[in-house]
Amino acid sequence: MALLEVNNLEVSFGLRQGAVKALRNVSFTVERGERVGIVGESGAGKSVAAFSILNLISRPGEITDGEILFEGQNLATLSDKQMRSIRGNRIAMIFQDPMMTLNPVLTLGQQMVECLQAHRKISTADARAIAIEKLRQVQIPSPETRIDQYPHELSGGMRQRIIIAIALLLDPVLIIADEPTTALDVTIQAEIMELLLNLCDSNNVGLILITHDLGVVSQITQKAIVMYAGRIIEQGPTKEIINDAQHPYTQGLINALPQQTVPGQRLNQIPGSMPSLQAIPSGCAFNPRCDFVMDECKTRLPEFTRSGGCSVACHMVRAMKQNPETVQPVDSSEEVK
Amino acid sequence: MIAFVIRRLIQAMIVMFVISLLSFSIQDNLGDPLRELVGQSVSEQERQELRDELGLNDPFLTQYLRFAGKALQGDLGTSYFFKEPALDVILKKLPATLELVFGATLIIVCLSVPLGVYSAINPRSLLSKTVMGLSIVGISIPVFLTAIMLIYLFAVELAWLPSYGRGETVPVYGSWETGFFTVDGLLHLLLPCVSLASIMLPLFIRLIRAEMMEVLESEYIKFAKAKGLPLKRIYFLHALKNTMLPVITVGGVQIGTMVAYTILTETVFQWPGMGFLFLEAVNRVDTPLIVAYLIVVGAIFVITNTLVDLIYGLVNPTVKLAGGKS
Repeated sequence: MALLEVNNLEVSFGLRQGAVKALRNVSFTVERGERVGIVGESGAGKSVAAFSILNLISRPGEITDGEILFEGQNLATLSDKQMRSIRGNRIAMIFQDPMMTLNPVLTLGQQMVECLQAHRKISTADARAIAIEKLRQVQIPSPETRIDQYPHELSGGMRQRIIIAIALLLDPVLIIADEPTTALDVTIQAEIMELLLNLCDSNNVGLILITHDLGVVSQITQKAIVMYAGRIIEQGPTKEIINDAQHPYTQGLINALPQQTVPGQRLNQIPGSMPSLQAIPSGCAFNPRCDFVMDECKTRLPEFTRSGGCSVACHMVRAMKQNPETVQPVDSSEEVK
Repeated sequence: MIAFVIRRLIQAMIVMFVISLLSFSIQDNLGDPLRELVGQSVSEQERQELRDELGLNDPFLTQYLRFAGKALQGDLGTSYFFKEPALDVILKKLPATLELVFGATLIIVCLSVPLGVYSAINPRSLLSKTVMGLSIVGISIPVFLTAIMLIYLFAVELAWLPSYGRGETVPVYGSWETGFFTVDGLLHLLLPCVSLASIMLPLFIRLIRAEMMEVLESEYIKFAKAKGLPLKRIYFLHALKNTMLPVITVGGVQIGTMVAYTILTETVFQWPGMGFLFLEAVNRVDTPLIVAYLIVVGAIFVITNTLVDLIYGLVNPTVKLAGGKS
């Protein structure tokens, strides 16, 4: 049994203009100790997917369909109290901006001890000892004195280490990290990523890494999920996706990496931008930006096709699988030039 | 800490200097104190002599310097009407006023925090909507009108509560008496305190609600939820502590303002405090008393604001009292 199994998850935001579906038909699994990357542009629904696992979507968002099976329990139907016993305990979260994540008026010690005491019957002294131990694990120098400091006395990188330490406090089996390095310095980014990787690896903790950085995904994760306009469009082993992306959108993302460009040349980019959730094109949501668009793409939603270890939602990929000889995709990018 | 106190003392001295200059300079525009001081039968020549004697004909600067010199020694002049040192007259009335302000503050703190927090957490509930609606009404009605309506309802129609005076008081220290320890005193306090609180209470409920709602949207509250903390701890520790920071700052200023509002409340309720005294002094053109009152109220402002800054430093760890913001 997978550690986490998300099936047909649908999340809607009830707005005055009507319900807007931020996530549709999202299904994926995370095995024990597995590291999964979720990638996509801003607005693809990555963060909503992450927050919906812990049922922490901001109002008016709510899970309207599907199930989230975690250790056999469906998180989507748990009571608030049951959900609280899982948050921070079995599943921990790391947020995007360490400058905003810690409460400015409480000491680090208070913020760590309270987390332990919320889930275990434990004395403050014992909780402190565990907190100091975890701070040592995330390589905070002199944790005994740091623990009594306030967040503003630490740098951004240090704070993200503290947040990782808080995430590890109760030895969770799964950590959800929502763009954990986006707000940090480039030099610090690598350090934090490596720290996270090592800690997950040595403690056999599963990781869901939300990011728009394909480089990070390729270094850290075993499985990658690519999202577009609230749907998963491609998922599979990270190596296959990076080296042999099937979906034109994934290909576009990989081509957009600066490493793919000769120095001095303009960086590649995918033309256009992510559609608004209120105006998702019919058929495949990516069709207006796709170089290989076919008539079918504009009318019918593509279903998933297996391709190697991956599953891809693309009419072109399916057509090529079924009949590799006859289908010759028109490379419209040539015509544009 | 010591550096902070010294800096605040210097600031306070500058503020007090400006207040004394301002309040002293208005005294010429209040009317002729001689008219109240002496009867109709005194001739113009005698009046002039009396003016010379009192120093009222000296240039402004001379008068101010004489006043300031004495003020530094604790002498704020002698009341024309009471023929006593103005400061003593005011200090005798101060406890009654402070009692009123304290009672109103108590009402405000005890009601605004729970109501503000509740309506921030449950913005759609009927109670929050009612509280928000009533608070608009409360802010809109002037204090004296609230006071008169309260008197009409509770003192005249229902006859539950007394409408004027302090009632039975017990001595605490020296001339300091309080009505807090007698049932009669508390009953007398109720209406004036409620009407004094009627302006500030809605303001604070709205302020706390707005701040709290903003804090609840912040990332650290989301993170606290992701840690699986009980909601009670999230609301009343994580959110409330951050909510109170701006509220404390505003609160300090408002307590000072409330001292000024007592003029209205005390007049309506015939409360023997210094606000009532001040109004009487204005009617009698008792300029030394007016000036002394303004200076005492100014001092109360400065003291409460300094205390508030100290408390703020204790609550907010990012403020270092010694070195300013870090």
